[in-house]
Amino acid sequence: MIKLDGFSLNIVAMAAYLVLAPFVGGLLAGLDRKISARMQGRVGPPVLQPFYDVLKLLEKEKVTVNDAQGFYTACCLIFMIVTGCLFFVGVSLLLVIFTLTVASLFLVVAAFSSNSPYAQVGAERELLQMMAYEPMVLIAAIGLYMVSGNSFNVGDIMGHGRVGIIYLPGIFLGFLFILTIKLRKSPFDLSTSHHAHQELVKGLTTELSGGTLAMLEIAHWYENVMLLGFVFLFFANGTVLWAAIGVAVCVVAYFVEVFIDNVNARMKWQFALNSSWIVALTFGVANMLVVYIADISNWMGGGY
Amino acid sequence: MPYLAKSPWVIHYDGSSCNGCDIEVLACLTPMYDVERFGIINTGNPKHADVFLVTGSVNEQNISVIKQIYDQMPRPKVVVAVGICAISGGVFKECYNIMGGVDTVIPVDVYVPGCAARPEAIIDGVVKGLAALEEKRKRLPEEIAAEKAAEREEKAAGAEALAEAAKEQAGGADGPATEVGAAADEDAEGSEKASAEPDARIEPDEGAEAEGKGGQNG
Ligand code: SF4
Repeated sequence: MIKLDGFSLNIVAMAAYLVLAPFVGGLLAGLDRKISARMQGRVGPPVLQPFYDVLKLLEKEKVTVNDAQGFYTACCLIFMIVTGCLFFVGVSLLLVIFTLTVASLFLVVAAFSSNSPYAQVGAERELLQMMAYEPMVLIAAIGLYMVSGNSFNVGDIMGHGRVGIIYLPGIFLGFLFILTIKLRKSPFDLSTSHHAHQELVKGLTTELSGGTLAMLEIAHWYENVMLLGFVFLFFANGTVLWAAIGVAVCVVAYFVEVFIDNVNARMKWQFALNSSWIVALTFGVANMLVVYIADISNWMGGGY
Repeated sequence: MPYLAKSPWVIHYDGSSCNGCDIEVLACLTPMYDVERFGIINTGNPKHADVFLVTGSVNEQNISVIKQIYDQMPRPKVVVAVGICAISGGVFKECYNIMGGVDTVIPVDVYVPGCAARPEAIIDGVVKGLAALEEKRKRLPEEIAAEKAAEREEKAAGAEALAEAAKEQAGGADGPATEVGAAADEDAEGSEKASAEPDARIEPDEGAEAEGKGGQNG
């Protein structure tokens, strides 16, 4: 990949994300369903099925329990798009994480606003999930900050000569772990799931229907592409070789998540919370310490 | 573009079936039949569903459940009655608590006969339902517009009636006001009786019924 240091290049990256992310995200979702079906010995739906689903949802009658719900879901979609745009424009990773949290919170509010018991339990579980993955996301950002010459800027991290994965293998694994939560895959698809029949009807999305559900689906596509971008960040150092490796790893990571989804049953929220915090503490913090100590000794020995 | 036919999401409700038909419905989801090939997903949520699969007959206790699921589904929607129980009550028809087929409670679009209905027949029934779904989709904008107009009229009429009642009350005499109250009470009693009557069945279009059944048999 070319070095993304020019302002115009950043704008191009952002525009590309804005236009292409829904298509890439939808295709990924389609491949996900196809691969899942093959893993289960089925033929599976066409790869374009997610697009058909969303277009169908837009054809349906608009039924909402209250007017606010549509608004909150729209906010979720908008903030998700903003998150991705900020990420691809290359601003601070912390800002990206905060807007991502805001987007998720709007979804929770949308679910709470319906007063439906299923949606409410789903929303509560979503909050627990956020508690579970948030520390690891922050640790990932801090790790990337440490190896990229003390900058949270996505542009700097991409352009910096050092490849994150070499210094941050533990944090990378930890991030993959919480990616399972973010992508709503088993064993952590507690709040809602793309698969039929869960104990909460559809959890978070129970009360969303038609166009509102379609908005949420599109928000997920944007989110997934952004998250894979985060994975890519561990490999980017401004050279074509590492960019290619990064894209390949993104694809493999997504495939692994689909595999994990298919071989696991849903766990209780306690397991999600405990395991992700333990992973964050062991893999994340230990890796951070190692980098920190190496940095100090390097600095004392003359630096880079 | 009609995408409805490419992604019909199904909700399955078991009335008072013997579970034979339910197992056949679930068999459609297995690798053997794999209805997801056609984009069909078994959602557990009426608000996401387009096709309502009902197995088993209707009894006194699940009338409200069936009605509620049906009402919660956003239009356009179709109902597929699976198995002879769901069509007419089948072997349970003479039971004291059985109302009969699903069409005694909600309008049914496709009848899939069989005891138990075979998975192939169920898939065929859903696919037949897609044609009905498409027609309903075309009619939907008109329907919604008509409903909105009716609602507006009702509101206007209600406002007028209120204004008149207010005028009458302002007129001073107690007489007319109590009369209105008595009339309202009578009305309420009348409607209660009507809804308590068990035979509030929606008559299905007989021609369509015969056609649906014939189509399935042939
Ligand atoms: S039609 Fe036959 S198999 Fe189906 S629910 Fe009735 S009795 Fe059972």
